[in-house]
Amino acid sequence: MIHTLVVYVEDKPGVLNRVASLFRRRAFNIESLTVGHTEQPGVSRMTIVIDGTQTNVERVEQNLYKLVNVLRVDDVSSVPAVVRDLALVKVKANARTRPEILQLAHIFRARIVDASKTTLILEVTGDENKIEATLDLLRPFGIVEMVRTGVVAMVRGPGRIDSAEVASWSSAARKPAAEQEGDSGINHSV
Amino acid sequence: MQLKGAQVIWECLVREGVDVVFGYPGGAILPAYDAMLDYPIHHVLVRHEQGATHMADGYARASGKVGVAVATSGPGATNMVTGIATAMMDSIPIVCITGQVGSKVIGTDAFQETDVTGITLPITKHNFLVTHAEDIAEAIREAFFIAKSGRQGPVLVDITKDAQQSTAEFEWDDTPVRLPGYRPQYRPLPEVVQHAMDLIKKAQRPLILAGHAVVTSNARREVLEFAEKTDTPVAMTLLGLGGIPASHPLNLGMMGMHGESWVNNAIQQADLLLAFGMRFDDRVTGNLKTYAVNAKKIHIEIDPSEIHKNVKVDVGIVGDLRETLLELLPYVPETKHTEWRAHIDSMKGEVAVRDIQFLPDSGHLYAAHVINDLWRLTKGQAVIVTDVGQHQMWEAQYYRHEQPRTLITSGGLGTMGFALPAAIGAKFARPDADIWAIVGDGGFQMTAAELSTAAQENIKVNVAVINNGYLGMVRQWQEFFYERRYAATPLRNPDFVKLAEAHGLAGIRVTQRADIPSAYEAALAEKGTVVIDFRVEQEDSVFPMVPAGADLEAMIRRPTSLAETAADP
Ligand SMILES: Cc1ncc(C[n+]2csc(CCOP(=O)(O)OP(=O)(O)O)c2C)c(N)n1
Ligand SMILES: [Mg+2]
Repeated sequence: MIHTLVVYVEDKPGVLNRVASLFRRRAFNIESLTVGHTEQPGVSRMTIVIDGTQTNVERVEQNLYKLVNVLRVDDVSSVPAVVRDLALVKVKANARTRPEILQLAHIFRARIVDASKTTLILEVTGDENKIEATLDLLRPFGIVEMVRTGVVAMVRGPGRIDSAEVASWSSAARKPAAEQEGDSGINHSV
Repeated sequence: MQLKGAQVIWECLVREGVDVVFGYPGGAILPAYDAMLDYPIHHVLVRHEQGATHMADGYARASGKVGVAVATSGPGATNMVTGIATAMMDSIPIVCITGQVGSKVIGTDAFQETDVTGITLPITKHNFLVTHAEDIAEAIREAFFIAKSGRQGPVLVDITKDAQQSTAEFEWDDTPVRLPGYRPQYRPLPEVVQHAMDLIKKAQRPLILAGHAVVTSNARREVLEFAEKTDTPVAMTLLGLGGIPASHPLNLGMMGMHGESWVNNAIQQADLLLAFGMRFDDRVTGNLKTYAVNAKKIHIEIDPSEIHKNVKVDVGIVGDLRETLLELLPYVPETKHTEWRAHIDSMKGEVAVRDIQFLPDSGHLYAAHVINDLWRLTKGQAVIVTDVGQHQMWEAQYYRHEQPRTLITSGGLGTMGFALPAAIGAKFARPDADIWAIVGDGGFQMTAAELSTAAQENIKVNVAVINNGYLGMVRQWQEFFYERRYAATPLRNPDFVKLAEAHGLAGIRVTQRADIPSAYEAALAEKGTVVIDFRVEQEDSVFPMVPAGADLEAMIRRPTSLAETAADP
């Protein structure tokens, strides 16, 4: 099974390196990893996709918690979540194939973001399956170049985490470590 | 108060209760060294920065406090790598402070620049790169907090030269450290405790596997109470030795590759293993597929990532060992396991693994005798620091430790060269204790330069060199598994007595069993550091031995013929 982990980390120099180094050292396989800002200054958010058949996801979570800069890890695989990946696909196109590609783009709600005499660039957004399906259909035309951002994810509805919790992580509002111990049952740093 | 960053370092160390640091100066740490002279901290000048880290480590293991090592940038810091990794593998709280090139030139391959936080990232619990004077205090405070809390470990603080030289407002913050992403769990969750109780009540053949946490979480009393109340025998890991007294009737001795046969057999026959702060290292489990297959397993561990890592367990309890046992103890039933204990006793009876000890004096000098006599002479009360190899295993087998923190040894990393510097560190932690470094002739030479540190510091550590003329443990593997092809294991050694004398220290040579006690007495009578060169049997081996990755039952035993040879000059 494919697991999607949402990982909140302190926005400090070298944090991405710490996470990447952990995956390398423990021989965990990453399918994709993205990182970006959150609504809270000082807190970044990673989305890490792991193939559960190759890597023990629980061990990944436990080891992530061992990193001092990792604030929280949520496996959102088994809860309703919006999962999005974005692909830019440069595909060969000529007068004959262009209408066909445009039609496919329409079906997948992909946007045409560039056109030349011989190529088109499509921007496709969606989950893993949608992007794979789009690529499968585009492949016969000849894919010249392709890039994907990697997955980002967010739990639907109010979710398990609220802005107050995220705000509490910012350096201004830190609680002493002792007070936080065991407050959610998932605090497993060592 | 306005202070230089260099001063802030020492202000913080003093407030953390540090009175001794082990280090070596250089350009990038020079401002800190200059400031040091104004603070009540004793600096021990080592001969190699690896020595500084092992000294900090030995200090921490002997005292339970955080050890501190200091080095300059580049080569100074890279020399620390082995010591940091050693501390990491054994969860030892040390703080390493390194100088770094000026923040403006970081990334330019400036003179003596190395990416030390990058290099040590996987071998520290956490590390910091500090580029501003105003950030030094917080980093050092957090470093000490992280090093000594949760699962302990080494933390490195790399401080740029300009941060040491510039001025900042210093105000010591003595509120608890706040780290939102760092929340060790000390107390177990009630549900898992209940589940564990169910298994404990059902067990007929329970066995406690006591690990390093017995020592590090000060759980001696609680482990003994648990064992006595439930009449459960205790098997020890190497790092657990001393955690409970060797003389306690429930203490079976060491498990694993060179453990006692009855201990390994008891593990294989148990129906419940209670793993108390140990991590099922491959050196204690052997073949995981056949490891204790009949036993239910309860694992108490402060590091959740250790639970189910090597051995799948039935109940994993995340928590500090002592706190967890305190929760369990009121509920554990008073039981008797008379049959089970009698069975283990019968297994003990049928083997005489310590046979060499009882052989008549044949004129040969065996390491076992050397260590056993030291145990007798010191009544098991000395602090023993071992190096790595055969002598380390003989120490574990023949020196019976009664007190926690009296065996200091590199278990997880198996770092040769550890003993002498760690013994020096231990001496600073316990100035009144008898400290003995038991080292191989190979490992001694890796850090023998620290004899000079001991001499300069005028301290007394006793060094027993188990001189077998070989990298003995490797030679043993070659004998057993590589048809006695001794590739790169014979040693041509310097004269260790003269080496001691060259440092202005006493050296003693022992070649006969009868001379062991008088040598020890002469050593103890010396004021300063002493080196005893024990010329022991060259091709002796450590028995029993579970070959790497083999089933625990598949122990290689001492061939009787060899024992006969030993008896027959
Ligand atoms: C730094 C380091 N290098 C290599 C080894 C591999 N090794 C393990 S035991 C050993 C032999 C140790 O020889 P010696 O110090 O003479 O001790 P003995 O086994 O003879 O008692 C070696 C080379 C190691 N553990 N550490
Ligand atoms: Mg040797």
